[in-house]
Amino acid sequence: MGHSTSHSTEPPLVTGNLSFHELTELVARHAEKKPPMAWYVAIGISSLMLLNLLVMIAYQVWNGVGVWGNNVPVGWGWPIVDFVFWVGIGHAGTLISAILFLFRQRWRTSINRAAEAMTIFAVICALLFPTIHVGRIWVIYWTLPIPNQMDMWPQFKSPLLWDVFAVSSYFIVSLLFWYVGLIPDLATLRDRARSFIRQRVLGVFSMGWTGSNRHWRNYEKAYLLLAGLATPLVLSVHSVVSFDFAVSIVPGWHTTIFPPYFVAGAIFSGFAMVVTLMVIARKVYGIEDLITLNHLEKMNIVILLTGSMVGFAYITEFFIAWYSQVGYEQYAFINRATGPYAWAYWIMMSCNLIAPQVFWFKRLRRSVPLMFAISILVNIGMWFERFVITVISLHRDYLPSSWGYFTPTWVDVMTFVGSFGLFLTLFLLFLRFAPMVALSEVKGVVPQADPHFHDRESS
Amino acid sequence: MKTILAEIKASMGIYESEPVHGLLAEFADPGALLDAAAQVREAGYRHFDVHSPFPIHGMDKAMGLGNSLVGFFTLGGGITGFALAYWLQWWTGAVAYPLNISGKPFFAIEPSIPIMFELTVLFAAFGAVAGMFALNGLPRPHNPLFYSRNFTRATDDAFFLHIAASDKCFDIEGTRQLLTDLGGYHVELLTEEE
Repeated sequence: MGHSTSHSTEPPLVTGNLSFHELTELVARHAEKKPPMAWYVAIGISSLMLLNLLVMIAYQVWNGVGVWGNNVPVGWGWPIVDFVFWVGIGHAGTLISAILFLFRQRWRTSINRAAEAMTIFAVICALLFPTIHVGRIWVIYWTLPIPNQMDMWPQFKSPLLWDVFAVSSYFIVSLLFWYVGLIPDLATLRDRARSFIRQRVLGVFSMGWTGSNRHWRNYEKAYLLLAGLATPLVLSVHSVVSFDFAVSIVPGWHTTIFPPYFVAGAIFSGFAMVVTLMVIARKVYGIEDLITLNHLEKMNIVILLTGSMVGFAYITEFFIAWYSQVGYEQYAFINRATGPYAWAYWIMMSCNLIAPQVFWFKRLRRSVPLMFAISILVNIGMWFERFVITVISLHRDYLPSSWGYFTPTWVDVMTFVGSFGLFLTLFLLFLRFAPMVALSEVKGVVPQADPHFHDRESS
Repeated sequence: MKTILAEIKASMGIYESEPVHGLLAEFADPGALLDAAAQVREAGYRHFDVHSPFPIHGMDKAMGLGNSLVGFFTLGGGITGFALAYWLQWWTGAVAYPLNISGKPFFAIEPSIPIMFELTVLFAAFGAVAGMFALNGLPRPHNPLFYSRNFTRATDDAFFLHIAASDKCFDIEGTRQLLTDLGGYHVELLTEEE
């Protein structure tokens, strides 16, 4: 046991040399004590935005989809743009929780809980848009294979139906994965609870967890299998979303690059959202020892990588359009870059391809204000990417006589703003009531969790 | 039959013995707990368990536990999901509600793959989670371990070893001595009346 920790040159995953109990205190107390003032201000604002969303949905359901800017030739406007935007945000959570778990990237333990919560809330926002976009929300259950008196069944050949299955399976699996991860930490909160009601409620949700090794054995296996299942699932979800576009024959949509390009874009936008949220949360809650600058730097590297992949895909699309020698396809792309929506295209290009390139420099990718600014730019850029794909391709297709120009209405804008209200309200409630860092996992990666740690100390 | 049931329950950490449930001892760190678990097993005990705030590397081997069976539940779930998706798309598309769309076949494998995949994953996930709960005997709201005040720290920073009274080697004095010799402290007898 002579060699101590010299074999490892990695910086510690968690700084501050905290004991197990200090780790518990650091995380669990935020779910127990009164939240900071900033939390009340934030939830006040987000609840108002949420209220605005409910009003917008009511207004839209009452009046019909005509209140939006969608009209021939642009039948898919903001609701679909917003849908794809939100589904994409969700992907980073699963990437962090599942794919990085399979690759044994143990730094994920500090951020995976919050990132998974973000996934679930983003997918809720995403599911909202197609649900109201169908126009007749009261028959949305027609998309599900439920036996009915009309003897009708959904049409399984349609990519739109694949989407229903893909996104709802994704939501359920993410929720299961998140809940399974939460059980040991809910038990921690249960054992710390003082009040009767709190003990009972947490007792129900933690299922009587005692940290038994017989249980950990099955638990770890189930967690590994869920990670293995969630990995192909998350890659398939955005691929299926891209089929909504790619299976059609609209120029600019009918391309085989869509599935990988959508998945890369989804991870890109999701990581940007994780950075946005984590930069604020670690400061407000004082958990800089758990979510260190090293964590943020690693996320920025992922943003740089996926941003460059997305940018490469944009350029490949242009090349393929030229190489295909199909006039309509070529026009679709020239129109993107130079047509009436060129402003949207160049916002997308500069936010997604150019902005993240600053992360090549170590000093810049460790600068918190800069990464916050870039993460916001990436979020904006990725929303515009979906706008570019959806609206620019539709507004000018084969027949010049049917060309048009799409403009959103105030209802479009306010519904999208409202969806942020839903997302932020859910996320703030999560920060208030659930352990925001996966405690049992973080305890497992600190040096003293190694059974041989104390052998080394004594020798 | 009764012993088989009792053994299955014991594998979930549910031991049946009244009114004495067992002895609970605390250990200083994961390493001490790992050694103690190996020694307790060496001494012939089978109905024992360790409790820690996080899974301890090497503990399954020290306790003599094999591979978890959750994988079989997951496989079963996955096969169910795949079969359901295949049958659902074939039966609705080709039998119950055939619709001619541009002369395409009523049922074909290719357009059915996305949903087959999604439902396979979905049901495999159901299988993994349900299997994990079933094999762990959870939810379990009542557990004699909760009688110990000290045990609330098992989910915080303490490491416990519990030997159940249902074990055939169990003997209050002898087992207490063993736990103390192994370095356990705060040794507590868990009994029904308080």
